[in-house]
Amino acid sequence: MRTDPGRSARARAGDAAARRTCSLLVAAFMTLALAHGTARAAEEAAATANEAAKFGADWRTWHANTEVTDLLSVQRGARNFVSYCLGCHGLKYERWSRLGDDLSIPPELLQQDLLPPGDKTTDNILTTMPPKDAESWFGKAPPDLTLMMRARGPNYVYQFLKTFYVDPSRQTGINNLRLPATAMPDVLSELEGLKRAVFHDVMTKGEGGQFTHEQVFDHFEIIAPGRLSETEYDGFVRDTVNFLDYVSEPSQAARRALGVWVVLFLLVFTWLAWLVKREYWKDVH
Amino acid sequence: MAVKTATGAPAPLPAGTTAPAKKGFWAWLNRRMPIEEFLATQVTGYYAPKNFNIWYFFGSLAGLVLVLQLLSGIYLTMFYKVGEVSSFDSVEYIMREVDYGWLIRYLHSTGASAFFIVVYLHMYRALLYGSYRAPRELLWLLGMCVYLALMAEAFMGYVLPWGNMSFWGAQVIVNLFGTIPGIGPGLVEWIRGDYGIADATLNRFFAMHVALLPLALLLLVALHLVALRQTGSNNPDGIEIKEKLGPDGHPLDGVPFHPYYTVKDVVGVGVFAVLFAIVVFFVPTLGGLFLESPNFEPANPLSTPEHIAPAWYFTPYYAILRAVPNQRLGALLMLLAVSAFFFLPWLDRSPVRSMRYKGWMSRTALTLFTVSFLALCYLGLQPAEGLYVALARIFTAIYFLFFLLMPFYTRLDPVKPVPERVTYHAH
Repeated sequence: MRTDPGRSARARAGDAAARRTCSLLVAAFMTLALAHGTARAAEEAAATANEAAKFGADWRTWHANTEVTDLLSVQRGARNFVSYCLGCHGLKYERWSRLGDDLSIPPELLQQDLLPPGDKTTDNILTTMPPKDAESWFGKAPPDLTLMMRARGPNYVYQFLKTFYVDPSRQTGINNLRLPATAMPDVLSELEGLKRAVFHDVMTKGEGGQFTHEQVFDHFEIIAPGRLSETEYDGFVRDTVNFLDYVSEPSQAARRALGVWVVLFLLVFTWLAWLVKREYWKDVH
Repeated sequence: MAVKTATGAPAPLPAGTTAPAKKGFWAWLNRRMPIEEFLATQVTGYYAPKNFNIWYFFGSLAGLVLVLQLLSGIYLTMFYKVGEVSSFDSVEYIMREVDYGWLIRYLHSTGASAFFIVVYLHMYRALLYGSYRAPRELLWLLGMCVYLALMAEAFMGYVLPWGNMSFWGAQVIVNLFGTIPGIGPGLVEWIRGDYGIADATLNRFFAMHVALLPLALLLLVALHLVALRQTGSNNPDGIEIKEKLGPDGHPLDGVPFHPYYTVKDVVGVGVFAVLFAIVVFFVPTLGGLFLESPNFEPANPLSTPEHIAPAWYFTPYYAILRAVPNQRLGALLMLLAVSAFFFLPWLDRSPVRSMRYKGWMSRTALTLFTVSFLALCYLGLQPAEGLYVALARIFTAIYFLFFLLMPFYTRLDPVKPVPERVTYHAH
């Protein structure tokens, strides 16, 4: 076959253009995907950079920064959950035995320290609070927390547990910045202490030129200290959040560990497949 | 293989075929079923243009994902329990109690999105190189039918986990049928089988998702392939390789599909599998795009998610729906946006097929269309307010102008001369 140098140059340019366009499209898609997921994270990161000096003003930027492979932290979180949360919240999709296996808790210890009296290790982790009573006491039954981390994310729960404040106008006497008018009482105040929220008045020119006043949160003030220091309480919340993250997807650590080998295998497979392809296509001119 | 001529003598075998072995099981089998003949004419004797580029991987990848979805779906069906009270719990059961259930579920959920990615890229290839043009109109129409069946399949599958977004997504989409004048409200009730999205709806969507639609998909894909084998593949130059035959009767610019394109497609499969595995094992929710956060809460008719958006692969059409203030008109435009692709073979009047030889008008039009489609995909995920709606309107207009003006700009477009033979540079 006679080759036309101009044509093969065009072909090369054409193929390169095709590859470029294709990668561009894929890149555009990936960018859209990532932009969707990371836009908020980026905003929060930027806000963290100029962190306010006052305690609490930047609560929207607080990150749980938990790592589910930190076994000790997850174990402490399990202890925290059983002591402070299980009275009202269940983890109905998780079994005690699974928790024991995944968190390397020996069966005797599980039975003795974590299991409610009368529960078997094969039982699911359920609260003993009757939903009907819960509804009449709190207005709504406390939600099951198995999938809370997947539905709301670790930062949501972290911020929720750290922004309770005293509010005499509420029936429960407390309020929350993350979930205003929450039905949940401040069960961790024994550990954290009681906080007062200080707001400042912001005047903005609204529609029609009228000024509106808005109460914007400024900072927290400790009224009564709890049993834990600020740092200790922060660790307590992080451990609890980390445990709930584990519960929301117990296989996640195994998933990532297996993934490394799968991807490595596929890379080697692809390289071999490419060598075979190159060998065959040597004949095509 | 027993083709006889009028004189009774065996007809000469089609080129590229080998005579079946006289003895043994293989011969016994081939006397009863034309396996060897099929392989010889459709695989080793099927000549595909040698100048396929990266865009030509997505057809075989779509086939691969189809098989993946069928197999992982069958496995999920063994553990999934359809029903208002059991669906959500059984998905969590699969994620926690079934050995490697999480893997099968993530393969299936990632596979759904991957299916649309490869199908969209496969369709885009047709837009680039004019693969829908005569004589491949039917091939294109069948492919579009595959796409429609896939949309229905994905939508019904999305409802099955019975999460809160499943419920509200179904609510919004099914209600669109209510905008049809006259029969609308009755039709919606008939589709749901109840006065709201309920157990009856979930059960029938399950039946469609696991039986009717997969069968329809398989049939349509088979017909799509039959039509492809009849016309032969187009190629990046948009010229017919069948017009230049060598002395052996095969296209000069063609290579046998097997082994050349089988070994090449395996490389594509490898690259795809690496990207696919990265999502499955490291970011299975892809920041809420492949698995949405509200779907980790069970369906709740009393609690509407903050903002309802369908899965990302429907959002370009969803953005078009919301760009129009009138819901009936919006639904109509949405339908037109999907069906516009069906008319491409007759809208494109260019004397050349491939974008390589089309002029600046076609190139500009396609670029604007690409930007619009991606932008609408993004806008459909955002709340319908302020600037987002304004942008969605602009991109909706561009989307439709691409199709409406096509007969004009493709005719006026200054095209370049098309080469006699395909351009191919040996690597």
